[in-house]
Amino acid sequence: MSTAITEHASGGVTGHGEPILSVRGLEKHFPIKGGGLIKRTVGAVRAVDGVDLDLYPGEVLGLVGESGCGKSTLGRAILNLQPATAGSVVFQGRELVGLDRKAMRPLRRDIQLVFQDPYASLNPRLPVFDIVAEPLVIHGLTKDDKELRARVRELVETVGLNPEHTNRYPADFSGGQRQRIGIARALALQPKVLVLDEPVSALDVSIQAGVINLLEDLKSELDLSYLFIAHDLSVVRHISDRVAVMYLGRIIEVADQETLFSRPAHPYTQALLSAIPLPDPRRERARQRIIISGDVPSPANPPSGCRFRTRCQKFANVLSDGQRELCMTVDPALEDRGTGHLNACHYAETQSIL
Amino acid sequence: MSTPGSTGATAVSSSGTLSQAPGKQSRNTSLAGFDASAPLLQVTDLNVRFPTEDGLVHAVRGVDYTLRSGEVLGIVGESGSGKSVTSLAVMGLLPGAARVTGSVKYRGQELLGQNDRSLSRVRGKGVSMIFQDPMTSLDPVYKIGAQIQETLRVHDRSLSSKAAEARAVDLLELVGIPNAAERVHSYPHEFSGGMRQRVVIAIAMANQPEVIIADEPTTALDVTVQAQILEVLQTALSETGAAMVMITHDLGVVAGIADRVLVMYAGRPVEIGSVEDIYYEPRMPYTLGLLGSLPRVDSSTRERLTPITGSPPSLLNMPPGCPFAPRCPLHIAECDEAEPERFQVGPGHTAACIRTEQVAGAHGDAAEVFSETAEDSVLAADAMPADLATAEGGRDAAAPATPPGDQIEPGAGVPGGTGSLVSSPTSPTNGDRA
Repeated sequence: MSTAITEHASGGVTGHGEPILSVRGLEKHFPIKGGGLIKRTVGAVRAVDGVDLDLYPGEVLGLVGESGCGKSTLGRAILNLQPATAGSVVFQGRELVGLDRKAMRPLRRDIQLVFQDPYASLNPRLPVFDIVAEPLVIHGLTKDDKELRARVRELVETVGLNPEHTNRYPADFSGGQRQRIGIARALALQPKVLVLDEPVSALDVSIQAGVINLLEDLKSELDLSYLFIAHDLSVVRHISDRVAVMYLGRIIEVADQETLFSRPAHPYTQALLSAIPLPDPRRERARQRIIISGDVPSPANPPSGCRFRTRCQKFANVLSDGQRELCMTVDPALEDRGTGHLNACHYAETQSIL
Repeated sequence: MSTPGSTGATAVSSSGTLSQAPGKQSRNTSLAGFDASAPLLQVTDLNVRFPTEDGLVHAVRGVDYTLRSGEVLGIVGESGSGKSVTSLAVMGLLPGAARVTGSVKYRGQELLGQNDRSLSRVRGKGVSMIFQDPMTSLDPVYKIGAQIQETLRVHDRSLSSKAAEARAVDLLELVGIPNAAERVHSYPHEFSGGMRQRVVIAIAMANQPEVIIADEPTTALDVTVQAQILEVLQTALSETGAAMVMITHDLGVVAGIADRVLVMYAGRPVEIGSVEDIYYEPRMPYTLGLLGSLPRVDSSTRERLTPITGSPPSLLNMPPGCPFAPRCPLHIAECDEAEPERFQVGPGHTAACIRTEQVAGAHGDAAEVFSETAEDSVLAADAMPADLATAEGGRDAAAPATPPGDQIEPGAGVPGGTGSLVSSPTSPTNGDRA
């Protein structure tokens, strides 16, 4: 991997050293089968369609986008839970794409996933002790029962739960507590990278704050790196060092947290930020809102040229016909267009939204 | 009866801000048989109990509010706080097993206990409802045009099918559906989530209702679509002149749309006030905690969030005392004696807390009241040294006492420590005593 590429996907931020996880040109397409007796592939849902990302040691990279933009699929493709169609994922110098389950298993110790729904991701028939102990048993990391008990106790305490309660079942816990159990399980193997797929979206705000604080503490205590996938930009701003915005299977803007939220350059990022209601009546009512029309186009048949042009307020209201030609024919690459960070808009201009 | 097509001429504004619609037109056409001078919607001591195997679940425990003409009342609360059940009770849509007591008056007439037939006169015409999930609130086997027309013709038998269809097209245009004349012939599955919610709004405003109850209307939608729908709701309000009850857990949505806010906790309103009172001068610790636990997208300083510890109480066999007490940093012994009434804390502003003065001292800053190490402090509360506990209990009425958690657990490494107490301005020596 050349240093040029590393800088390319880092969002213009240097000084991180080598990335711990490096994604290049990753694609995940789901075939669409036709009707009829013989199922032929008639097309593909291009859920992830050429993504470049770097995750550096000790950082939190936020990945945001609306539902259907491919952010969860990207997370799963990176973990090789769904084999990628094309591209490469390099974790600490090892290529993950193409590895089979057996070859992946030792690597799973280092990259773990925390799921969105704490009600569906824990086996209801296992007591909490068994849930947290399972990864340790599978990987044979504890030599005897005593060590296993001590380790589980330690993990449960780490996530702020009472170790006396590990003989209870998931049903006995609230949503926030269950998410803590899921985090304890993910931490059991002492991973270096956690992929968090909407870890707090199913929780009420008062509970969510506690889990966010826990994740922040764990990150610094255990020296973790997070790929934090979420649709809630307030949460992402709060926890992330850098943020990548995804639209229709592509990253359309990457920057450090401060730059992305105060000087976004891509019209989609601008619209996204402007759409978030602020819990502050005076500011909220004084805002000028950019409202983009329509819904996300089908990833089975993305628009030609720039994928956002069908909803872009700049394309519709600002650009001349000559300028629009470029949007319709040329797919904009993710590059620095003089704003100091990467974005994928031919006519990128920073604008303060919040 | 209203004149068909009377609102259809106005085009939807596709751009603009979410500012309050200027001068919602007042209407003088109430439903026949209702007192137009009586309050629009008056809910008094509403209680809802559900019998379960484990006993009665008291989901709504005494909700009172009055909705004034043209106003938007936001009802906020976490899941399980009873906000949806309240609105379903108002509409008479709860399952038969639910035991509903109290009173719900629309224009002076009692709605509770009425049969389905008489309620049907009110539903859609007097009070209409927008549900959370646009995927399930439309009938999948009927064209959307037919579903809008049904609503229209139920309340106006004399309306011809042609006129009803024309009105349906007008309504779809009003809520921003492109090619409305063709789209009336589509089925719900041909629409995206945002488009379906527009159809649901069109149905809700079809008969010019006086009240629209919107139950989490944007929760199932993405933010960019949510912004579109909130704008359509504003259009619906200014077109119909209706008042709205907006139920949501999103404090951002309420901040933008509501005139007054009702905060619910454990089945009861714990604070009611103007939107500015609630956001800038909350008096109930729960409201304060809720605001403090929100990450802010408009703030670059990444201060730690202040979570509320614990979880809401079970609504089965509630203990006496304030239901928020186990999670409250200002909890004192007196809080467990009886559930506090809502006290007047300002003009049009009430809060159900006996220690509202202490909350006032925080001026909306949750970190002042909620300790950062609150998790530990709750556990430590049991181990509170006896002398401190008594000292505090004895002087709570006179001077504001220190929150117990903070006194016990200054919190290793927490900036501020005991210095950030609400009581520090009034009793600076308090810390020394410890």
